[in-house]
Amino acid sequence: MAKNDVKVLGAWPSPYVMRPRIALNIKSVNYEFLEETFGSKSELLLQSNPVHKKIPVLIHGDKPICESMIIVEYIDEVWTSGPSILPSDPYDRAIQRFWAAYVDEKWFAAMRGLRSAQGEERKAFLDQVTEGLALLEEAFGKCSKGKAFFGGDRIGLLDIAFGSFLGWLKVTEKVNGVKLLDEAKTPGLVKWAERFCADAAVKSVMPETEKLLEFSKVLAAKMKGAPPPKN
Amino acid sequence: MAELKLFRTWSSRFALRVVWALNLKGIQYDTIFEDLSNKSSLLLQYNPIYKKVPVLVHNGKPLVESLLILEYIDETWKQTPLLPEDPSERATARFWAKFGDDKVLLSVWNVFIKQGKDQEEAIVTAQENLGFVERQLTGKKFFNGETIGFVDLAFGWLANLLSVWEEICGVTLIDHEKFPLLSEWIQNFAGAPIIKESWPPRDKLITKNQALLEVYTSKEAPK
Repeated sequence: MAKNDVKVLGAWPSPYVMRPRIALNIKSVNYEFLEETFGSKSELLLQSNPVHKKIPVLIHGDKPICESMIIVEYIDEVWTSGPSILPSDPYDRAIQRFWAAYVDEKWFAAMRGLRSAQGEERKAFLDQVTEGLALLEEAFGKCSKGKAFFGGDRIGLLDIAFGSFLGWLKVTEKVNGVKLLDEAKTPGLVKWAERFCADAAVKSVMPETEKLLEFSKVLAAKMKGAPPPKN
Repeated sequence: MAELKLFRTWSSRFALRVVWALNLKGIQYDTIFEDLSNKSSLLLQYNPIYKKVPVLVHNGKPLVESLLILEYIDETWKQTPLLPEDPSERATARFWAKFGDDKVLLSVWNVFIKQGKDQEEAIVTAQENLGFVERQLTGKKFFNGETIGFVDLAFGWLANLLSVWEEICGVTLIDHEKFPLLSEWIQNFAGAPIIKESWPPRDKLITKNQALLEVYTSKEAPK
């Protein structure tokens, strides 16, 4: 397929943008990466995602597909000759989708809270994050069944959903001086994280922690300088 | 023989989606009604993270989160498909169902728990969101086309619970002039076979939501 038939609108620091890129890499699909400028939204983005005005957007031919995990499922359904991203069994698919939604709605929400919280609130978010990781460690044991990834021998839906947050997880560890993935408490996830980041489909799109750390400082400064929200 | 159990409450709008999906496909199942103020040990065992209904248990294996359950049902029982076959249409359906749960539901709820200027602003947001939904019905009887599908079930709460809230608060959010397509969809969906047989009793819904809104509005009131 010609490269400009498939486009991804995104930005390098975004974990959500990583997801469709990893999925396309797994399927060996060439695509054009259109990088949004930080702080502004292109006409193309506003046109292709008028509801949320957010990245990532996959543009396949003339069709825009929005919402990162919906895009990943779309990629899996369209490019069927490549390795499967979702398992074939309906129950296994439900489990992968469940944990992917948990990571987005509960776990990363707590990680975001941790970023801006102070004092007592900070400890509460940190507890939530750690509890979540304990649950994910258990889920890893059950889903992987002794293999390398949540998806088995190869990266699957849940690996993509959770793994895309590893860059920000490392930044959070540095900024807060804590170890979130820990050989004692989450040994399975520690090894999984190394394998995930080293995978060919992931390596080229996983940002370096130092770059992400620098970016997080820029982001924090911008948020502090932002005008107060309208009441 | 496959064993299928649905844990629900009489009123849960999320559990109702699963009831509809199973009934539309003609699947037999047992129902366990939960009292959320006194959750059964089975419910807590099957849904330890969220501790909510609905839970569908198929041959001993639990499934939670209503939209995920719908996808499971559609993949396991192929008759009366809920999602279209084409991948981009499937992505579109998933997008609108998610938009419904993430944005529409909360923005509509806000209209009914807020007052004064806050309520006026909440109405603007809710109607913006409903505007997006309205446009999805252009040229279609249901979100799924000629027949009821995934997105229709996801928005099912608009076809009964919304009018309960509107009645209690005296605010009309979906009027025929601003939202002609949604208004018609509500009539078509609410009166459709299978769907109409499962609505919770309206008077009970009014009593329950009146009590719920009283709790929320007293929280929101200035001290």
